[in-house]
Amino acid sequence: MNAKTVMWRLSGLMAGAAALVMAGAAYAPPAAAQKTKVVVYTAIEADDLKKYKERFEKDVPDVDIQWVRDSTGVIEAKLLAEKNNPQADVIWGLAATSLLRMSGEGMLQPYAPKGIEGISAQFRDSANPPAWVGMDVWAATICYNTVERDKKKLPAITSWQDLTKPEFKGAITMPHPASSGTGYLMVSSWLQLMGEDAGWKFMDALHNNVGVYVHSGSKPCRQAGAGEYPVGISFEFRASRTKRDGAPIDIVFPKEGLGWDMEATAVMKGTKNLAAAQKVADWAASANANTMYAEGYAVTARSGVAKQLPHLPAPADFEKLLAKNDFLWAANNRQRILAEWNKRYNAKAEKS
Amino acid sequence: MTDLALPPHHVVRQEVSRDEWIMRTATMAVGVLLIFALVLPLYAMLSKSVEDKAGQFIGLANYIAYFKTPALAQSVVNSFFVSIVSTVITVVLAFGYAFALTRSAMPFKELFKVIALFPLLAPSLLPGISLVYLFGNQGLIKGVLMGNTIYGPIGIIIGEVFFCFPHAFLIILTAMSLADARLYEAAEALRASRLRIFFTVTLPGAKYGLISAFFVVFTLVITDFGVPKVIGGQYNVLATDIYKQVIGQQNFQMGSVVSVILLLPAIIAFAADRIIQRRQVALLSARAVPYEAKPSLGRDSAMLAFCVVVAVMILGMLGMAAFASYVTFWPYNLKPSWKNYDFDAKDGIGWAAYWNSLIMSAWTAVIGTIIVFVGAYLVEKTRGFRLCRTLIQMLAMLPMAVPGLVLGLSYIFFFNNPANPFNFLYQTMAILVICTIAHFYTVAHLTAVTALKQMDAEFESVSASLKVPPWKTFWRVTAPVCLPAILDISIYLFVNAMTTVSAVVFIYYVNTTLASIQVLNMDDAGDVAPAAAMAMMIVYTSAAVRVLHWLATRGLSRRTQAWRRR
Amino acid sequence: MTADGSVNGRSYLRLRGIHKKFGSFTALKGVDLDINEREFVCFLGPSGCGKTTLLRAIAGLDVQTSGSIEQAGRDISTLPISSRDFGIVFQSYALFPNLTVSENVAYGLTSRGMNQADINKRVAELLGLVGLSDSGPKYPAQLSGGQQQRVALARALAPSPGLLLLDEPLSALDARVRIHLRHEIKQLQSRLRVTTIMVTHDQEEALTMGDRIVVMNHGVIEQVGTPLEIYRKPATAFVADFVGTMNFMKGTLVSPGRVRVGGTEIEYGDTAATVSPGAAVTLCIRPEDIAVRNVSASQGTVLQARIEALEFLGSFFRASLTPDGQKTALMADFSVNAVNDLGLSRGMALPIALPRDRLRVFAA
Repeated sequence: MNAKTVMWRLSGLMAGAAALVMAGAAYAPPAAAQKTKVVVYTAIEADDLKKYKERFEKDVPDVDIQWVRDSTGVIEAKLLAEKNNPQADVIWGLAATSLLRMSGEGMLQPYAPKGIEGISAQFRDSANPPAWVGMDVWAATICYNTVERDKKKLPAITSWQDLTKPEFKGAITMPHPASSGTGYLMVSSWLQLMGEDAGWKFMDALHNNVGVYVHSGSKPCRQAGAGEYPVGISFEFRASRTKRDGAPIDIVFPKEGLGWDMEATAVMKGTKNLAAAQKVADWAASANANTMYAEGYAVTARSGVAKQLPHLPAPADFEKLLAKNDFLWAANNRQRILAEWNKRYNAKAEKS
Repeated sequence: MTDLALPPHHVVRQEVSRDEWIMRTATMAVGVLLIFALVLPLYAMLSKSVEDKAGQFIGLANYIAYFKTPALAQSVVNSFFVSIVSTVITVVLAFGYAFALTRSAMPFKELFKVIALFPLLAPSLLPGISLVYLFGNQGLIKGVLMGNTIYGPIGIIIGEVFFCFPHAFLIILTAMSLADARLYEAAEALRASRLRIFFTVTLPGAKYGLISAFFVVFTLVITDFGVPKVIGGQYNVLATDIYKQVIGQQNFQMGSVVSVILLLPAIIAFAADRIIQRRQVALLSARAVPYEAKPSLGRDSAMLAFCVVVAVMILGMLGMAAFASYVTFWPYNLKPSWKNYDFDAKDGIGWAAYWNSLIMSAWTAVIGTIIVFVGAYLVEKTRGFRLCRTLIQMLAMLPMAVPGLVLGLSYIFFFNNPANPFNFLYQTMAILVICTIAHFYTVAHLTAVTALKQMDAEFESVSASLKVPPWKTFWRVTAPVCLPAILDISIYLFVNAMTTVSAVVFIYYVNTTLASIQVLNMDDAGDVAPAAAMAMMIVYTSAAVRVLHWLATRGLSRRTQAWRRR
Repeated sequence: MTADGSVNGRSYLRLRGIHKKFGSFTALKGVDLDINEREFVCFLGPSGCGKTTLLRAIAGLDVQTSGSIEQAGRDISTLPISSRDFGIVFQSYALFPNLTVSENVAYGLTSRGMNQADINKRVAELLGLVGLSDSGPKYPAQLSGGQQQRVALARALAPSPGLLLLDEPLSALDARVRIHLRHEIKQLQSRLRVTTIMVTHDQEEALTMGDRIVVMNHGVIEQVGTPLEIYRKPATAFVADFVGTMNFMKGTLVSPGRVRVGGTEIEYGDTAATVSPGAAVTLCIRPEDIAVRNVSASQGTVLQARIEALEFLGSFFRASLTPDGQKTALMADFSVNAVNDLGLSRGMALPIALPRDRLRVFAA
């Protein structure tokens, strides 16, 4: 084979590789040019990202959502770190307790989305116009692996206190409250339910039984489902999905009441795409959006759209299970509580 | 003859021809690229570590704060502990394996060699995932651990040994392949015992290979992020600390402090390895008679048994991940299913992450190969211009000493600065490609240099005398002759781009999420089986590309046999 | 152009004051040299003498530190390689392994805007010239070393350069091929009449091929001359020693034409040496110049000597002789005839003559 053939082949190879690359580049949505890109920070479940974007863009075709998704703690830290040079245009799906803090720091642009009157007052910021508007509620829920329960003859769980029984030593996982919004709502609800002293005492006892604290609110239920740890403190959305996927779990709602938080939407102050960001906020508060939330969450900001979810109680019953929750207290004491928690339990935390 | 005592003339400066100017400009361009892709980001990272959050210079205050935080300082101890233990185990196993392949007459050597290289095809997250399935609380063979948990140092060490084994094995194998049969003949003629021959001939011969493998593996372990992230449990190490500080707490200053601390042992190990390698070269130049082991039933069966055990462990790790990815619901429903490969159902990124990885790897392979090979060519073949060439050579060695996490973090600081005119690269596929090329530059560069050094040094002089411009000779002669090396470089870059997670984890963006990152994220979300499935997709792709490369190289060498025959 | 091939009375290649430094090492110390057009010049010397450095300076591969080079009346001192006019053959040949023989030879032609037909014609002509007409489609690796050498030569000559530079072109070949190629290259050169410089460390090669030889040592030129001049009239003790075999005798100059060596005074004819009486000198004579037939004082100094050893070397005998009153032995070469006719044997004493005109004297 002479040099020319070699070079031909080399060029062919290069051309082939280039073609592959071009094909890949073409994969990017072609219509992106006419659309306004908005950067949306979110902590919604990764399995929902695609659905949310598709439904939104069906109704609002001129806005292109650019997700930045991570766990609640990470998104909050990211927003605070970028305080002086915000990258986000809008926040869609972050814990209300986190948004309260942003609001306190003056990082949010108050805005009353269209049709706000359909959202009950307890699901939005009390100021007018509100700095944030709620979407849905998610609540602490226990996933209990029945196979492992029977195999290891573990006791039944009906209350949070049951988790401190010595039989559960090393059998429990829960999310790390600093990185996971679910983790924090548990801690804050225990302190509110039991009072601070009793709450910490409960967590001291619980800590003895926890095998590992994990990064996300979903993982404990997944681990319980796989029997890796028999008991996972997670939240109802993930519990329902995990059971649907065929995991042998019981979904337990402790009788003292469930800690909960609200996913909410807010427009960032200083966004360069204010109009587009407000369109996101409008849609997030719309009936269509709430119907979509209701596919995963029992309690939504707009009433009347909720529907029965597999393996969960009826929406009305579920709402009754929720513990009393003072958002403002939870938000204002977040840093103090996390510092205390870290001091007491950090050694056992999985890397966030 | 020298009747005229000529006064010392002014120094003659050769005019630089147009062709040479073009070569020099290109050389300079490569230098600028490397400064842009390595030096400036690293500088940004270093300066961040001596600044407070407002960007004011505060000297070493961040470092002092670091060492005053017991949980963080503990990570230094942890990192060294797992690194040293993993390194010792890896090097011992790799030595035994290489010994079996070079000093015994056992069968299936080629097969064992291929199996030993399998871990190179997988992201370092894969061993972590496999270990959960093997030794986790529901693990297949958790009894082996006798009640100890896999989440922690034990898991990290097993995972790292798997991940680093091929690296150590290749280095030691190369060193041991150089053995001189005459030394063994002499020792046998002197009636030295087997044990004595081992300690007086085999071990000293492999010495530099062993030391080099030790440093390489140590660096790999201490800078690896994938294994401790997945299986480390509550056991903190430096690499995960960087991630935790930067991603979890958005504390970039502390992240850069940990980076600098991680950079130190990596640089020391790297420097030590370079010195050792220089000595090894001296050893290499001696012409030796290759050693061929005579069959010995006892030794050969023992070696075969050892290799089978190691190979089974390697295949077991991969097989476990593969198996877990095909079952419906581990551990309760073991019916086979493709469910875990339905990534689109898992999150909004799904299969797009895999295609992103393919695109990123293809770009990295194409652009990286061009830059690396042309860069090495210019450094080797440009006349004069020594300062610039030396600088590029030094810069080309730098990535070897820089852990991926540190490089990725440096890229945030450098490219996410609104004042940087290249800020527009941030959050694009391009920055992932640039970062990955920079991350794996050294080995690719050395491969190119080795190939170029084997070429006749006078090709360029001959072409200049024939008034043929250098790029024409590059295109007609240098590149075709080096085609096997060019293919090697591209495959190396492609496979590493597929498997890497450490550097890109800081700079991916939602629509440039890569397969390896998706493994990490799905594992984080508790979707361990889909994570295993995505990890296996990476393995299959790397393996397929390797096979293609092997076929291409074989075809090429058959076609070019006429002019390669010596 | 004049009869001796010089341009306008000046030589074709003119080197003046060439110095070359590599760091602190000085490789060339002020070389002046003139080479005429169509001449075949050999640079000869031991390794490290600077001969290759000088060649590379002429080519512009390693430009001199100071000094000037003129080729065909043009100052090329500072020109880049590609602006100079030469063809070069390296010791390694540097043939492009992935190109055929024809493509290699055509390599320098394609860039000169020649059309393909002319290129093909020129390639065929050159391959014919080096006797490789049938090897055009082959790859270099399919040829023998000597054939590769000829391809390299054809490639260098293809663009008709004004100057051909050969850097140890034969040293990688085995002895028989080497001797054969010597003649071929020499014939080719005289046919094409291209000015040629060849670097070699092999004196035999230089003596058989060069029109003139430049003997170099330690970065300076020791002597420039025809092969016969170099052999017969070495200008320095180094040349005398480096080229051929030589006997050296230490002595003192008595008067011009007479040197005392040990207890004997020896007459010599070469009175050009600039030494004054009483100075220490070295007296040289080649082994084949020591006469044993028809010894008479008219030839030169006659000494009585003993044959200490007699070695048969095929075409001649080499004897080790100790003249009376001398400590050091002399080597002498005797033809087989002489040994037979005179019945020479070990231990035999005989008169020998040191011919006046064959003795050289150098200041010690």
